[in-house]
Amino acid sequence: MANFYKDNDDIQFLFRHIDLGELAEVCEEKFKFSNEFDYAPADTDEAMQNYDMVLDSLGQLSGEFIAERAEDVDREGNTLNEDGTVSYAKGTAENLEKLAQAEVMGFTLPHRFGGLNFPNVIYSMAIEIVSRADAALMNIFGLQGIAETINAFASEEIKQKYLHDFSAGKVTGAMVLTEPDAGSDLQAVKLRAFENKDGKWFLHGVKRFITNGCGEVLLVLARSEPEISDGRGLSLFVCDRGPTVHIRRLEDKLGIHGSPTCEIFFDNTPCEIIGDRQRGLITYVMSLMNGARVGIAAQSVGIAEAAFRVARDYAATRRQFAVAIEKLPAVRDMLIDMKVAIEAGRTLLYETSRIVDLYVGCTRRFEEDSRLRGNDNRNKAEAKQLKNDSRKYKRYAGMLTPMSKYYCSEMCNRVAYDSIQVLGGSGYMRDYACERHARDARITTIYEGTSQLQVVAAVRGVCNGTAEKIIEELAGEQFGPELKDLLEKLAEGTEELKKAIAFIKEHGNEYMDLYGRALVDIAIDLITGYLFCGQASTKIDMEVAAAENGRTDNGETIQMKQRKAMIARRFVTKNAPKITSLTESICTGDKSTLTDYAALVGPVPTE
Amino acid sequence: MAYKCVVLIKQVPDTKRITGEAMNEDGTVNRSALPAIFNPEDLNALELALQIKEKFGGHITVITMGLPAASVVLRDSLFRGADDAILITDRRCAASDTLATSYILSCALKKIDYDIVLCGRQAIDGDTAQVGPQLAEKLGVPQITYVEELIELDGKSITARRNIGAGWQQVKTALPVLLTVTGDANEPRVAAAKKTMKYKNARTPVEVEKEVRSQKTEDSEAKINKLVEEKCGELSDKGLLIKQWDLDFIGADLNWCGRSGSPTKVHRIQSVVLAAKESKDVPANENGISGLIHELIEDKIIA
Repeated sequence: MANFYKDNDDIQFLFRHIDLGELAEVCEEKFKFSNEFDYAPADTDEAMQNYDMVLDSLGQLSGEFIAERAEDVDREGNTLNEDGTVSYAKGTAENLEKLAQAEVMGFTLPHRFGGLNFPNVIYSMAIEIVSRADAALMNIFGLQGIAETINAFASEEIKQKYLHDFSAGKVTGAMVLTEPDAGSDLQAVKLRAFENKDGKWFLHGVKRFITNGCGEVLLVLARSEPEISDGRGLSLFVCDRGPTVHIRRLEDKLGIHGSPTCEIFFDNTPCEIIGDRQRGLITYVMSLMNGARVGIAAQSVGIAEAAFRVARDYAATRRQFAVAIEKLPAVRDMLIDMKVAIEAGRTLLYETSRIVDLYVGCTRRFEEDSRLRGNDNRNKAEAKQLKNDSRKYKRYAGMLTPMSKYYCSEMCNRVAYDSIQVLGGSGYMRDYACERHARDARITTIYEGTSQLQVVAAVRGVCNGTAEKIIEELAGEQFGPELKDLLEKLAEGTEELKKAIAFIKEHGNEYMDLYGRALVDIAIDLITGYLFCGQASTKIDMEVAAAENGRTDNGETIQMKQRKAMIARRFVTKNAPKITSLTESICTGDKSTLTDYAALVGPVPTE
Repeated sequence: MAYKCVVLIKQVPDTKRITGEAMNEDGTVNRSALPAIFNPEDLNALELALQIKEKFGGHITVITMGLPAASVVLRDSLFRGADDAILITDRRCAASDTLATSYILSCALKKIDYDIVLCGRQAIDGDTAQVGPQLAEKLGVPQITYVEELIELDGKSITARRNIGAGWQQVKTALPVLLTVTGDANEPRVAAAKKTMKYKNARTPVEVEKEVRSQKTEDSEAKINKLVEEKCGELSDKGLLIKQWDLDFIGADLNWCGRSGSPTKVHRIQSVVLAAKESKDVPANENGISGLIHELIEDKIIA
């Protein structure tokens, strides 16, 4: 009777540690919906109860149903039928039916479209839980940002047409962006959108690597302005998967076999425009991608959690040299590093999701406020405050989102890789799930923007003072006295970060791109370090099991606060020399990557 | 056509989680050591009813007979999609065996209009599998037990596949009908989010009373009763008051209920402690495995 929500102490802790009440109030707009919808909460307590109960049943579904099918789904994959339709693996189809019955396919959509109107923090928890059971299923469950994008930018008519069906789980969607010659560089999208004389839009061209491209509702990025060759010539469209949408091919992939990756040919497909012309890439897809990046970060944490558990279990039961292998320091070290890395990723992810919630909430309030106010000049100060907050959280979210995506996806690859290492030869065989986790993990640093692109997106925030601002805010929190030495280390690290930023700024943009990753790594370590210290100073009273050999029945427990202090200590002390070393490498001024490339890598292979 | 389904459910101790503390010294079940759960096969019965409703339309009423705490499984049924829930609770039901239980349930069912009554095959606490069949007899309706698959419903009759141990049997009979459903029939859905959010506040009157009493210990009996009535009224207006029936309401003859209506007498209770004794090595080859299989067949552990 596995429950992937209830059995995860760290999620249980963070659910209580994070101020979800504040987010509930923001999402429910001071609980004004409770009169209109019988399931909308009337106060903070009720909202928290809702979050807890829904995660509980999703945890049950994930643990008992979805996880049971994951291996078969991985082996079976999807099928492109002769008539051009795609059949999901049997388990995937069953999972989708159960998810629809569980009423969780409109997690963050407003009540009026049948959604749950939950905060992103809860949605991130949900994606993590589902991904732990089956990473590939996340690519359908975790892409609710498609509906969210329609909700944010489309006309009321389009919203009414699609959003109820999304919430009810009657349809699934796809983000149709990538083309053979437009991958990371979406400005190069060629797929043509044209208007007929009645003002109706049509799509023509090819898209490639489209996750769930066989979904019923497709959000398509297309060139509506043939005379403009960059991103400003692109608009976003929505269409149904009709007879003019041809799935030409399903990719044969390394991992996430349950997620169909389609090549699609649009043969003059009728469609409708989302929002304004020319804002497709610049505004809408950027917003869509940000949501999806948080989703991939959550998927990564879920995969890492699954991989860790396989290794944890094996290390406790496998005996070599007459002891359980977890007694061996080298194995121990790997397991602790895996666990700390997972909790670090989760910490950064939930903080990012929280900031996104505050950003969405502030912006909505500001817009509503200015609409109601009109030309009324009263309460100007309050309006200004809202506007400032909205801008601040936008900057924070703009930096933390790529940081989370980058950190969590890289982390899950390390953890999945080490999980196989802990199992040794057995881990390399398909008898254990860790090889599947490693294959599933591999895509996370690639799709929705590679790690390299996440760094490019995050490094601007590190250099323009956003990271320092966040660190300053976090450092201003109240911490327990026993963390004093850790906070000193973090303060020293912050000085090093400032030094590195100053050096990079002197050396121009090219140099910033060259050392961006090192700089972002430092900033992530500092932000996460402070957040861990915050967790180690929690007011939450929670005992968790801490028993040898996986035994949880011998009653040994530890306060989560105390455990988090140990985690914070391990994380901060291990990272301090790393930060120094990264700073040193940044401050060398070495540009050999740029100058000596040809000599170092040699010629392009000819055979 | 739409069907009116009634699902009979039971809250049971989770006998899968038996630990050393599961039994009291006197041989009775230590209920505090075992979590109370929704009887597993009753979930399959509810799932089948939900599938019928999804396919043909209709209405699902869930009934349980038990202690006030059994309200939990009624709420759970509402979370999963039941339309209506009824708690039959009465001190005079105590010590009812299967005969008395099926009598009480038959009295309740006479107050309800139904096409299909669905029960789990058996409850994991008593494992008798008797209540469903006895109830069908008392209602005078045909029964199909051990149902694994619903094959056809045509408005007047039902066809189902039932497990008969060494094979299957396809049975067709007229409606109304009583089915007992096995764990192989389907995989029950989990609680639905919006229904959970709505019905988490649903209460039975006996729960309301308990809550009021725990908060207002100083108040007079009359005042407490008034508060309970008010609170029940509020819940009822929101569609969140779970129905609660007693033996008088369903017109049961008390001679047939509780201890007096139960011919089953417990002669002796033995506390059996199972402990691993000798082990046996089976060689990992063709002969070893075939020997083990034969032994298991002879012991009737596998068929």
